[in-house]
Amino acid sequence: MIASSASIDAKLAAIIADFPILRDRTSRGKRLVYLDSAATAQKPQAVIDALVHFYSHDNANIHRGVYELAERATNAFEAARAKVARFINANEDAEIIWTRNASESINLVSFTWGLANLGKGDVVLTSQLEHHSNIVPWQLLVERTGAELRYIEADKEGVLVLDDLDAKFKGVKLLAISHISNSIGTIAPLGKLIAAAHAVGALVLVDGAQSVPHMAIDVQALDVDFFAASGHKMLGPTGIGFLYGKRALLEAMPPFLTGGDMIKKVSYTTTTFNELPWKFEAGTSNFADAIALGVACDYLSAVGMDWIREHDIRLTRYALERLAPLKERGLELYGPNDVQARSSILSFNLADVHAHDVASILDTEGICVRAGHHCTMPLMDKMGWPATARASLYLYNTEADIDALYAGLEKAAKIFKLA
Amino acid sequence: MDDFYKEYILDHFRNPRNFGHLDTFDAHAEDLNPLCGDTIRMELKLDSEGRVSDVKFSGKGCAISQASASMLTETIKSEHPKLEEIAKMSKDVVLENVGIGISPTRMKCATLGLKVLKSAAVGELAKWPDEEPVS
Repeated sequence: MIASSASIDAKLAAIIADFPILRDRTSRGKRLVYLDSAATAQKPQAVIDALVHFYSHDNANIHRGVYELAERATNAFEAARAKVARFINANEDAEIIWTRNASESINLVSFTWGLANLGKGDVVLTSQLEHHSNIVPWQLLVERTGAELRYIEADKEGVLVLDDLDAKFKGVKLLAISHISNSIGTIAPLGKLIAAAHAVGALVLVDGAQSVPHMAIDVQALDVDFFAASGHKMLGPTGIGFLYGKRALLEAMPPFLTGGDMIKKVSYTTTTFNELPWKFEAGTSNFADAIALGVACDYLSAVGMDWIREHDIRLTRYALERLAPLKERGLELYGPNDVQARSSILSFNLADVHAHDVASILDTEGICVRAGHHCTMPLMDKMGWPATARASLYLYNTEADIDALYAGLEKAAKIFKLA
Repeated sequence: MDDFYKEYILDHFRNPRNFGHLDTFDAHAEDLNPLCGDTIRMELKLDSEGRVSDVKFSGKGCAISQASASMLTETIKSEHPKLEEIAKMSKDVVLENVGIGISPTRMKCATLGLKVLKSAAVGELAKWPDEEPVS
């Protein structure tokens, strides 16, 4: 059920008040209009406080000291893992491996499961919508193993073409697919794709970097085998992310990076590896940031992931309607038209004005958007876009932010004399 | 930053000078700005004294990169430098041409044309002009 607009506004005002950078910050002398959350999200005070609190009161290396301080740090670190596990409904905490980010999570699977299980005749299937981080690791893997990399095509609207799935899935051992396109916001039809993958005995890795901040994720209901995410896009600090994997798969995989903490017993000739999840966590982990990411999960849960998804849809619909009049002056909006089939990522171009020029003019109005290829160069080539400007919305954005974007684009159209 | 988009910059962007290709040329290079994907190609023709007698550029990108490259070709056609003189050109040439304050984030856009021109002159990819040590 959607709450009345008055209570939505009260909740929204309370959320904005939680983000110090948004409270009274300006950019170029104007109110800061932050529309680049797909690149990195702003942080609520609770997450910032968690870092300060940890370093001020609880800091000691984890899994080592016998003293009380170290015990406190270790407990907080493992509690954060449990929070992430609950946040995506993993079956057990040990199925959450800390990494630096989604890219490292994907590389972990490529280097361990991939090198151990793929060979000539095997296929890794991905899509034409992917971020470079879900293309390059597989390109290198197939080069090393003699396997093949295949792509599910995207149509002009940026929707995945599913009509030849039987042919596409022939020989597939792994489907590696992003839940939400970082570049144009398409939501992949995961149910259909995961069923098709499992029907041929393939595993599924979902790049959830753009989805886990924006919608409720249940890895068990989805029945994904691996799920990769970055903390900094879900209100957490930079430098911390995670990989979810089903226990049986993680157990069977060789370790990734090796060294301290990931071992049970080491002699001069042999090593016995540690149990899950620590087998994949070599060296001192980024425990302070992991703990703050746990707090970010708490914050998102308290707001409610369903509320965030509703808010995204409401704001995206408003943006699509608000910006529509600019189509007469050459505005092209990319991605699915159906707000249910997309996230709150709005990729666009304004006539023949380059996205960098659009972004520079918006910047003069305090509006932060990304411009460029968004780490999806193959998609840009395929679509024939030299670059796009991208406004990405999150829980703290408002209709006033969209109005500012509209005014900024009008200014750009005026400067470039678009009729 | 509003000053970025002066009339003459938009004019060079919409109506680039010396845009296209030479039938024959003695030196050429092309490169891109990996941050935004802007591309520029430069083709140079030399006279009997080894001075640049003609230049054409092609490519696509933002107003700053394309206008800056367009203005640079005009500079080259009026000064007829030798290749070794081009190799020594600094970013000040393009900054004077565009005549506006260029922010650090847009510096690569403004200097891409010069980078490609210098690459053509030295026969290998040149450094970013804004990253060269000040002599």
